[in-house]
Amino acid sequence: MIAYVLRRIVQSVLVMLVVALVSFSLFRFVGDPVATMMGQEASQADREALRDRLGLNDPVIVQFAGYIARAASGDFGISYRLQQPVMELILSRLPATLELALISGTLAFVFGVGLGVYTALNRRGWLSGTIMTVSLVGVSLPTFLIGVLLIWVFAVELQWLPSFGRGETVDVGPWRTGLLTPSGRASIVLPAITLGLYQMTLIMRLVRAEMLEVLRTDYIKFARARGLSDRAVNFGHALKNTLVPVITITGLQLGSIIAFAIITETVFQWPGVGALFINSVQFVDIPVMAAYLMLIALIFVVINLVVDLLYYAVDPRLRLDRAAARH
Amino acid sequence: MNRIARAWDSDLAYSFRHSPVAVVAAFVALLIILAAALAPLIAPHDPFNPASLNLMDGFTPPMEPNAFTGNTYWLGTDNQGRDIFSAILYGARISLFVGFSAVLFAMVLGIAVGLLAAWRGGWVDSLLMRIADVQLSFPSILIALLIFGVARGVIPPAYREEMAIWVLIVAIGLSDWVQFARVVRGAAMVEKAREYVQAARVIGVHPVRIVLTHILPNVMGPVLVIATIGLALAIIAEATLSFLGVGVPPTQPSLGTLIRIGQGFLFSGEWWIILFPSIALLALALSVNLLGDWLRDALNPRLK
Repeated sequence: MIAYVLRRIVQSVLVMLVVALVSFSLFRFVGDPVATMMGQEASQADREALRDRLGLNDPVIVQFAGYIARAASGDFGISYRLQQPVMELILSRLPATLELALISGTLAFVFGVGLGVYTALNRRGWLSGTIMTVSLVGVSLPTFLIGVLLIWVFAVELQWLPSFGRGETVDVGPWRTGLLTPSGRASIVLPAITLGLYQMTLIMRLVRAEMLEVLRTDYIKFARARGLSDRAVNFGHALKNTLVPVITITGLQLGSIIAFAIITETVFQWPGVGALFINSVQFVDIPVMAAYLMLIALIFVVINLVVDLLYYAVDPRLRLDRAAARH
Repeated sequence: MNRIARAWDSDLAYSFRHSPVAVVAAFVALLIILAAALAPLIAPHDPFNPASLNLMDGFTPPMEPNAFTGNTYWLGTDNQGRDIFSAILYGARISLFVGFSAVLFAMVLGIAVGLLAAWRGGWVDSLLMRIADVQLSFPSILIALLIFGVARGVIPPAYREEMAIWVLIVAIGLSDWVQFARVVRGAAMVEKAREYVQAARVIGVHPVRIVLTHILPNVMGPVLVIATIGLALAIIAEATLSFLGVGVPPTQPSLGTLIRIGQGFLFSGEWWIILFPSIALLALALSVNLLGDWLRDALNPRLK
């Protein structure tokens, strides 16, 4: 167990180092940092001085070590475009993205599991058929089209909900939240649905498939034969056993939600990290791109690690496989 | 003639004739591809020629004569008086060009990596597949965005506009090769162990020749399936990137760019500017996707 945990942690650190190398190469070799920071009138001596001060004359390996050390302490340099420390920019926009990701993840999970269970239990009902067909269209629709469609219906035609921004926000310590004001809560509805819809259909289809699988097993038949109530069988036995893979997938999807937030944030002009990243790509703002890459990689690696370890803890078969493979 | 008759009788053609979804999807996809390919002949207007645009025609609703000029357009016009129908034809052309090129690029790269990994095995195999694993754990749209951003940093600003479309193709292609590599590797490992490959080895056929003329043709079935589904994904990826404003330059609008432009007019009530390009994109992506699904089932009877 300890060996497995250690190996997974070493793997994760290796992946992070590779990503750090990519991010460092971006920073160091794409464009000339000195030219970007000095402007055209600077003298050659000034350029050399800055080059020296930034450590650009050191051996590359020393620069890489320095980059990792600074990244670990949260220093990613200064944005070329906004002339502010990158970390400050990201931290000021992170709450918006995390709130959006959390709300849409919760929506996707609750409705995904609910609809999945419903369609599995009422397999032949007309409502189930409709839900499955609609979900097929939902998977094929690109995220940005879903967003545009929702804006058209609910913001332009019906005028129920706002179509851009976060509404009024309140500072709770360092966290700027939009969830405490009515306009903030109204603003998050459409982006959260847009972002969560795809994940919801994914979870729903998974729950339905797993549930149908479990309902066919002998222990469910036996539970029915024992005369347990439908509720006890369906929810106490069947649902409980479908949830392990579902929680894994949901955990892994949390990373993609944060990545897909880029699209949703652009459609709804949501002031989050994704919108910051898109702007940095448009204006070739390398420090922001490099930092975003590291941030996303860290989130992905941590989620993957946690899910793997949880899986190992929850599913005894994995441990058996490992023991068998060793002999 | 004989060959056509034989193709008509094949299992694949039989399954195609008996799948209404596949027939309709193929019809829609072919219609759009043909219309896009023949755009200069079909399109009533040239959306790229500023001289042919009349600003007075701007914001003409579909099928209604313009209040000033009396001109009627099937699908209406945008703010510059550009005919939406023509813009869609030319836009689909660019979307399809980027989609096909990106898939071709990903396919060639993926096949090369997959064959290399399967044939060499050992540390080459582990290294390549590790890279594939790491890349696969990140969403491909994110990888395409990063590659696009890096390329913009490397290319001097003067060339960015004209290079944009190639950068886009490379970015989408590089974000999509892993699927091909994995499938080709798996299938090639199976083929590698077969007798005919061993026989070829024994009589001293050059390894490159074995891989290219014996193994490659036998792994093309699944590659075709992934390429079809990959085309739909690439078209959507291109539209998404263009919608985000980091795709093709506005001088050559693709379907995604048209939707991006149209979004601005949604609030002032000009719904047709965004609706028709969206429908075109959806029809294209959905039909190609359904074709891919059908092809997967048809080539893989076990999955049914």
